[in-house]
Order: sequence, then structure tokens, then C-alpha cells
Amino acid sequence: MYLNETPVLSIRDLTVRYGKGCSACSGRADNRDKNRCIACGTVWATDGISLDVYPGEVLGIVGESGSGKTTLMRALYFDFVPSFGSAVLRDYEDGQKNIWEASSAAQRMIKNTVMGMVYQNPVLGLRMNYSAASNIAEKIIAAGSRNAGQMTGRAMELLDAVEISTSRMSEAPKNFSGGMQQRVQISKALANNPALLLLDEVTTGLDLSVQAKVLDLIRKIKALYGISILLVSHDLAVIRMLADRTIVMLDGAIIESGLTDQILEDPQQAYTQQLVHSLI
Amino acid sequence: MSKNYNYAFLDEGSKREIRRATLKAVAIPGYQVPFGSRELPIGRGWGTGGIQLTLSLIGPGDVLKVIDQGSDESVNAVNIKKFVGLCTDIETTTETPEATLIQSRHRIPEIPLKNGQILIFQVPLPEPLRIVEAREEVTKKMHAEKDYAPLWLQLYESLIRYKKVTLASEYPCLVEGRYMMNPSPIPRFDNPKLHKAECLYLFGAGREKKIYAVPPYTDVVSLAFDDVPFEIESFGGKHCRLCGSTDTYLDEVFDQQSGKRFHQCSDTSYCRKLSSQKAQNRE
Amino acid sequence: MAYVAVSGGEEAIEESIRLLEYYQNSAEGEIAVEAITNQLSLLVDRVMGEAGLYSRSYAALALRQCEGSVEEAVFLLRAYRSTLTRNYYTHAVDATNMRVIRRISAAFKDIKGGQLLGPSYDYTHRLIKFNGATQSPQDIRQTLFETLEAEQPEEIASCPRVSDELRSEGLIEQAAPDDQSPHDVTMHMLEFPTTRSARLQTLARADTGFVSGLAYSALRGFGQVHPTVGELRSGYVELYVSYLLDEQESVYLGEVLITEVEGFSPAHNKEQLKISVGYGAVFGRCETKAIAMAVIDNELNQDGPYPTQDEEFVLMHGDSLEMNGFISHLKLPHYVTFQSKLDAVRKTRLEGNKSHE
Repeated sequence: MYLNETPVLSIRDLTVRYGKGCSACSGRADNRDKNRCIACGTVWATDGISLDVYPGEVLGIVGESGSGKTTLMRALYFDFVPSFGSAVLRDYEDGQKNIWEASSAAQRMIKNTVMGMVYQNPVLGLRMNYSAASNIAEKIIAAGSRNAGQMTGRAMELLDAVEISTSRMSEAPKNFSGGMQQRVQISKALANNPALLLLDEVTTGLDLSVQAKVLDLIRKIKALYGISILLVSHDLAVIRMLADRTIVMLDGAIIESGLTDQILEDPQQAYTQQLVHSLI
Repeated sequence: MSKNYNYAFLDEGSKREIRRATLKAVAIPGYQVPFGSRELPIGRGWGTGGIQLTLSLIGPGDVLKVIDQGSDESVNAVNIKKFVGLCTDIETTTETPEATLIQSRHRIPEIPLKNGQILIFQVPLPEPLRIVEAREEVTKKMHAEKDYAPLWLQLYESLIRYKKVTLASEYPCLVEGRYMMNPSPIPRFDNPKLHKAECLYLFGAGREKKIYAVPPYTDVVSLAFDDVPFEIESFGGKHCRLCGSTDTYLDEVFDQQSGKRFHQCSDTSYCRKLSSQKAQNRE
Repeated sequence: MAYVAVSGGEEAIEESIRLLEYYQNSAEGEIAVEAITNQLSLLVDRVMGEAGLYSRSYAALALRQCEGSVEEAVFLLRAYRSTLTRNYYTHAVDATNMRVIRRISAAFKDIKGGQLLGPSYDYTHRLIKFNGATQSPQDIRQTLFETLEAEQPEEIASCPRVSDELRSEGLIEQAAPDDQSPHDVTMHMLEFPTTRSARLQTLARADTGFVSGLAYSALRGFGQVHPTVGELRSGYVELYVSYLLDEQESVYLGEVLITEVEGFSPAHNKEQLKISVGYGAVFGRCETKAIAMAVIDNELNQDGPYPTQDEEFVLMHGDSLEMNGFISHLKLPHYVTFQSKLDAVRKTRLEGNKSHE
């Protein structure tokens, strides 16, 4: 179904390793205790991850802590440079340039306009002491706009989309509840109409009822803007609710991938089976 | 003093080094050039950056004017003039058009400066990004990458919160489309005088060890959104009680006896001249 | 001209200075410079250190001229020093060869070369002598002199450092020799991250109270290290410069009194736990500052959230001239900028009233 479309994001062979690696562990997983080499102690946080995100789809990544999903996300947030591998974006240099080799100014541009990022911890994604409107305006300013009225207009539109009353737009998110903070973060991420939204455990730590509302909102936003979403969660229930396709990660590697329904109904790997059974 | 100290206090090597930094500053308008700031007999924070510039440039034939808050008579201006006088042989003046070098704290004179004149500012905190970022290590990178978004955000936040820009003096401006610059704590009223001026503006920060410049005919644009124009201070139709001016920067003062509030020109030399002209016209 | 905000500046300054002279000279008789260098020698040490100029007599002169204000005395010396041409750098001083007058270790009971208590206030009782000393300074000097004359002086050999022992055992990282010229903080602006030479120079010249307060904060918990004073030594070190006509030859200039401290704390170094050494060295016998400096040197090697672990924070805010100059500049008139601030506040008020209507 996606084959003739250009992916919004393509990652090839993403490898993040802590330690030098040795002949016993390089390129092979059988000499490791989970993701740690028995011989040299090198930790392979991710090892040769490749994936594509197609226009308009939600790709879910599920896995336990230590599976490498957070490492993958942090590499995409430019928190560090991976040991190996490349990632290209359809909307950056026509997908010809590895974003991990871009200058820090180009990476900032990518973060501000091509990818929208939502962090598990809102403190990382928001300026807690600036107003909600300014948080959205920050992205628009970074994209080059110098028209305050337009920024305010866009901020109102987006806050409305995430169901925050525009009467509260001059308030700082530090005064908001956790669920509201996540919604401001989402509106901020959407400010410049990015092609791709990265969601890192966005509902983790929220009350169940609040969680449901945020998930609902994400679904609504996907429908409204036709945006592609890469969604990381340790919770298969969240993945089931949102993802079209799902990737299962374990010990730094992808062990299974396919349509979400297919994975839920017919899991191939023992680990995935265990995950699915725990759902009920 | 003259026997124990070099002409213009600093040794010639130091003066040359400061002039080299100044040339670099002129070559890269708005860029803060680090320099080996020397210790002077005047307090750091009391204009040592401006004084070092003045001392490195001054020579026989120069005419110096020193102002503080627009006034030639302010204690600090007098003190600096006295110090430069002690270690040089130059003439001083209070008349703006006669000066070749003007050292100033917080004001640009009302009479437009001409080609050949140099205005030297004393700068406490040269970094325009300091209001959004405390670390030099970070602000340096922001300049390198022309990342001024946080400053724009600050501006936007004040619009959202107060419906007005609340930055008062030291109002940041973009120089020649490249470097964001702190014009020193001059009022916004003086910012437009920096744009495409005939004279050379030099900025010296002694404690922070930076020199920067706005060469003649350089674009200097005060930070403002397209739809919210930059605004200077306004005095609501008040006029100077001494010379009657309505188009100058006014100080608010209180009568020592009655406590009544008055306004008068901050540029005392300009004010005196206008008053005496008016008096003559009346005669 | 009652309404002119600032007027008669020149006259006011002259009168102010006259009044200052009255305050400076309100007692009869002048303190001899020698009395200051000898009897207020710790004050002289402090001023020399913060000024970065070793001259006991100039420091004493400066102190006498400014009613004993440390910040003013440091200022006088710095302003004078900046007019001097610097022709030479001395050779690096190896304090292992120090002629020690005091040397203690809190890490080991016995150390090679021995502990030497030397002159110290540590074990004095801080009781004010209300009626003055029972003996005159001359008498005390005379008595001490006679006692010393009668004794056979013991030769003090140069003492190896306590840290050398631990280094040979591999517990302290052996730093590779580094012959780079030090960054001269008096000639070049600090840039961050900076070099260790710039860091140590800046700390050695920093205000004593600032350094001590910061180190105290680290010890109380706003920091990681609670070091052991591996060694504190005070004494005289010799200074040499290269002979102009023959680089192989050196010329002896004289000796200066310094205090040097090495503080030990366990630190994780790459793969294993090691002893890391924080270093402090100051002019004279300013021991507390030297220890504080060693604490901060060690703290700056740690990655952490505390002020003492932040290089820019520590190094940019402790210079006596800079901090006192900038704080005191707040006394200068700010009429123009304050007017501008008033304008901004008034305008937002106006805007606020409009939206409430």
C-alpha cells in the first residue's frame, strides 16, 4: 500500500554503542547478555535499526526499557550523534542528506520545521515560565516569521485544536496540569506544520482518564492534519489504539514488525506473544 | 603625573593592541571583539572600556568631550575628563560639533554627529543575548549561528503579557543584517541615531573585555515585529523648562524646595545653546 | 541652577576628596610602612595575592593610603601594575624545593620529611588582649632572638610531596608533562571552556571571601568533594629568569613566600576509582584561601549541577576589581535609563487600563 510513496523518514542501520566493541560482539548478537557484550562489556543500545515512516501513517514502536526505543528517539531528537547509521527526511535536502551529519544550525531548523517533537517530560519540550502562546510562537519565530499578529492567530488556532481555552494562552504552562502540558507540547510541535510528529511516551505518567483524552486528541490531530507519527511506548495498549504499523524492539534490535492488527493477532516471536498475552 | 606615566596613560604596546581590536571591530560591524582589557586607575564598571578606547585613539590636535547622562558637568564625566587631561595635552569642549572624540555614558548628543567624529560608548554588559542566556559559552554559539530566536521570543512574550514591548533601554538592534548588538544603555530614543550615521560609533566594555563598532552608513535596525513598530520613549507633550524643546530626550526632575515635577533636556550642552540663542533672539 | 540634576561636578569632586583626606588623617602620627609590612603581614599577603603583584612595601603603601580597605588597596596595586612593561616570565617554580616554614598533612600521621607546625593561629586561643601585650614587640623580638641564638639550627632538607608517594603507587593519575605556555589571564580574555592554567591563575587572584564562600558551599553539600588536606606547605621559593644572552643560563631574582595546598579526594577516573588532587597556591600565608582554592579546583573537574562545578560561574565572578567595580558603579547616575524604564512601565499601565475599560 505504501510502496510507491516516498517515506517521510528513513532510518538505516542506526547503531549506538557505548564502548569500543570487539570481534566477539561486532555484527553479531549471540555473544551478548541482553545488549551487553560478554567479552568486552560494550553496550549496544541499538544495533542496526532500519525503518521507514510513510506519509500519513502512525508507526508504533513498542519495547521494554533497555530495548533501545528511547535511544532511537533521542538520536532523532539530536541529543547525541549515533555511532553508525543514517536518517534522511523527505523534507530536508530532498532526502539526500543524513540528518546526523547536518550542522547544528541545520539540525535546529529540522527540529523547528520538519519534525515536531513531544517529550515524555514536558519540562524538556516547553518553556515552563513563558506563556502557552509564546511556546507556540517560539517555533514560528525559529521558522523565520516576524509577524506577531500571525503568531497569535496560529497559537489560538492550535490551542483550540488541542482543546485549551484561548483565554489561558497568556498563562505559563507551569500553572497547567500534566495533561494540559502535554497538549501544549503537542500544539507547539505542530506550529510549523511538520510532516512528522515524534511522540515519546507521551501518556506515560498521566492518570488513565487523562491518558485516554490525550490519545483521543492525537487521533483527532492525525485526521485533521494528515501528519505522519512515530510513536514510542512501552504500553502495547497505546500502540494498539493509535498505530497502523508496529515495530517490536528487544535488546537494541527489531525482532518483529508488521501491521498492528497482524502483530496483535498472530505474534511470531516469543517476546511479542508474551506482550500480547499480557494485554488482556 | 606626566613624568611617571606614558602619554595617554597606557603604554604604546597596549594602545596598539586596543587599536588592532578596534580595527577588527570596524571590519565586522556589531561583532564583539575580545581584547586584553587593562586595569586603569578608575573603577571597572565606571567606564574603563570607553576610557581605554579614548586613550588608545587620542593624540595632539584632538578635542575631547565627555558626557554622562547627556551632561558635561556630571561628576563621572568631569572625573574622566580630568583623568584624560592629566595624562595628555588635549583640549576639551562641551560643544558637540567641535569635538573630534566624544566619550559618552547612556546618551547620543542631540546634534547629529558628522563624518570625522567618533562617539565612544561606555558599555557595562555588551552581550545583547544576556537577557535570555547567562552563559558566554552559549551566547557565543548563538551569534555564530545567528540564532536570535530567544530574543524575539522575549519580545513576543512581553507583547502577550503586557500588550507592549517592555524592553526599555539597552534595546537590542541588528547591525548590517548580521550581528545582534547591545547599543549600551542608551534610551530607545537614541537607537535611530545609530542607523546610517555619518560618524563612527565605538563601544568599549572594560570589565567584560570586549570592543565593538558601528562604522558610518551602517544599517542598524532595532528589534521589532513587522506589525508592531519599534517605539521610542514619549514625553506626552512635555517640554524642557529651560529651553522649551519638545523633540529632545527629557529628564524628569523635582524642585528641591517645592517638590514640583519638571522636565528638562538631558543633553545639557544642547539645551544651554538653545536657551542662549532664544535669549538673543528676544533681545 | 537649583533644578539642574548634576552641576558643579568638578567642585564637588574637589571638596569630596578634601573631606576624604580628613578621614584618612584623623589620627596624629603616621603608621610606618614597615609596621604594616611586618605587623599586618597577613593583610599584606591577602592584598598582594588578590592584586597579583608581589611587593610587600607597595602593598603596605597602598593599604596606608586607603584606610586599610582591601578592595581599594588591590585596586591601587592593579592599576599601577598595568602600567609596567612585562619583559620576562620566570621559570616554572617547583615548590618541592621550597624552603618550608610550615608543612602539615591531614592525610598521614607521619610523612617523609616530617610534619612541621610552623607559625599558625590554629592552636591559639582567640582572646582579645584588652590591656595590650604584657611585653612590647621589641622585648618579644629580643627574647625570641636570644632563644634562637642559643639553639643549634636544624637543617630542613627540601621535602618530597606527599602526593609523590601515592603517585608512585599508581593511586594518583600521572599527568603527562605539558610544556605549553600558560594562558596569561592578565593579557587575554577568558574563553570557555578554558585551560587549567587560566583556571588556577584566576582562582589565585580571586577575592578571598568569594573563594572561601564557594568552597564552603561545596563542603556543605552543594558539591561533591570533601577533600583531605594531603599537604599544606608555606615557605620560600626561588625565582629565576633565563639569561638574555644565553638561554641555558638563568638569573636568580629572589624568593617569594607562598602557601601551597594539595587536597585529595577519591574520584572515578574513566574505569576505576582514583585519588584526584585539587591544587591551590597563593602568595604569602593565606592558608584558608589556598585550601579553598584546592577544593574548587577539584570541584571544577566534576560534572554536576552545583555552582562550584560551573567554570564560567566560578571564574567570572571572583575578581576583586571587577566585582567591586561593577557593584559600586550602581552609585553612578542612571537618570536616562531609569526614565526609559519609567516610560515602559507607564505605557504598559496605560495599555492595561485601556483593556479594562
